[in-house]
Amino acid sequence: MSEPAIDAQALTRRFGTFTAVDAITFHVERGEVFGFLGANGAGKTTAMRMLIGLLKPTSGSATVAGYDITRQSEQVRRRIGYMSQKFSLYEDLTVQENITLYGGIYGVSDCDIATRTGEILTRIGLENAGGELVREIPLGWKQQLAFCVALLHRPAVVFLDEPTGGVDPITRRRFWELIYEAGAGGTSVLVTTHYLDEAEYCGRISIMVNGAIAAMGTPAEVRRQVGAATLDEVFLKLTRPGSAA
Amino acid sequence: MSAANAVEVRGVVRRFADDAALQGVSFDVAPGELYGVIGPDGSGKTTLFRILVTLLLPDAGTALVLGRDVVKDLWELRTRIGYMPGRFSLYPDLSVAENLGFFAALFDTTVAAAQETIAPIWVQLEQFAGRRAGALSGGMKQKLALCCALVHRPEILFLDEPTTGVDAVSRKEFWDLLGRLRDGGLPIVVSTPYMDEASLCDRVSLMQDGRLLVTDRPAAIGRGYPRPLFGIRGPNILGLLGALRRFPHAAAVWPFGETLHYTDARRDAAPGLITAELAAHVEAEDLTGVSIVPIEAGIEDAFMWHMAQEPAA
Repeated sequence: MSEPAIDAQALTRRFGTFTAVDAITFHVERGEVFGFLGANGAGKTTAMRMLIGLLKPTSGSATVAGYDITRQSEQVRRRIGYMSQKFSLYEDLTVQENITLYGGIYGVSDCDIATRTGEILTRIGLENAGGELVREIPLGWKQQLAFCVALLHRPAVVFLDEPTGGVDPITRRRFWELIYEAGAGGTSVLVTTHYLDEAEYCGRISIMVNGAIAAMGTPAEVRRQVGAATLDEVFLKLTRPGSAA
Repeated sequence: MSAANAVEVRGVVRRFADDAALQGVSFDVAPGELYGVIGPDGSGKTTLFRILVTLLLPDAGTALVLGRDVVKDLWELRTRIGYMPGRFSLYPDLSVAENLGFFAALFDTTVAAAQETIAPIWVQLEQFAGRRAGALSGGMKQKLALCCALVHRPEILFLDEPTTGVDAVSRKEFWDLLGRLRDGGLPIVVSTPYMDEASLCDRVSLMQDGRLLVTDRPAAIGRGYPRPLFGIRGPNILGLLGALRRFPHAAAVWPFGETLHYTDARRDAAPGLITAELAAHVEAEDLTGVSIVPIEAGIEDAFMWHMAQEPAA
């Protein structure tokens, strides 16, 4: 039980002569909310695609939920959830149909789907909206629903790809409260983002620069390590060492 | 001297089917001002911008840009305003230089004639002049779009979410460019969903559900926060959140990164008294290692306060 939810050792991916991910080593504890940061093109997406079993590493290794991402990618996939801002729910299905569909895909029993549907709708205040088409509900609710759907099969790790861009500040905080609750329940959360204010909500963060991890720790530790007052400044110092932040 | 305002909007309403995208919006932009419209997706920013750049008619209300009516004087206005829409709208198969030349030709001018205006941006783009626009990075695409919006030397610039999806470093560079253009005397109206960008504007309006919640200088918006506000930290953030929300005088409690922001409902209670009461309350709930400090409100605090005051739509 005490093994990390994610354990990456010198994980590397090259495309031809270009090294997209350069020997990254990090771990995420059970129940931890980990922020995976970097500029556009720093290698975040490539690293995440390896961790969720969609891309093979060139060298190095990683386990997710205790399974090897290369040799046991099917077991990995069954124990992870995924949500991104671009792809989450089917707009032309109702709230209820989306939950049932994803529950079925992830092999959740009909009985559990029924129980968990009730729990989800109550938790996010959508009790009376089960029959509404997803495209009819406000964006903020869609994102909260998408997150709950990604947790439907009780994954060990959930991957969130820029989850809260563009939402109002209250909705964003409701979303982070859901993330904290998932963490308190033992689910590990890996959040990829380039929005630095989002990073402040994470227990620990790593910042990728040119494929490598340039800084890692709690947001306060990282600010101290780099000698910067805000994460914005950290980011500028690490990615543009020459420029005065 | 209201005629000198760069923008004057009065009671603008716009509906789509049975949805009111704008529910009576009024504001002014002074000459040479960098003005921000800050709001989440779906708050009505794009509808407002499309009306101001003469691409959409208001159902009610009036809008003047450079003293001209956006409905009656659209043909004159279109040559005098620069507009950068939210979606990347250049030709991805044309090179950087070709896109710029094309937009210059549309306005019956040349890139050479605009050299002075676009110089601060062009120095960063020049090395990519021959590259297809579609192959640029997100930050560079936005700089090219800004160049194209400036190539006919407009007298005012409208930028709809120019930094959405752009990383922190490129965002900073983009805002530096806007600051330089404003310093050159160009009025700029810019929209963004990022609350932290408000502080980079001279004045801002916070927008939600088709209404402007508040309009002021960014620093004044925080200072106008109407209740005592505290930053509270502790090891068990979820437990602390629940405990504070159970405190009888809690008006609002929200996470702000590693800190919780607690608003007390009592307008005039002394901060020292509130701190002592909160400390006793969390201790009674078995939470230890908690620090409680009075803090100044920021834009996000103000935004959430005003949102909560609005009647639910």
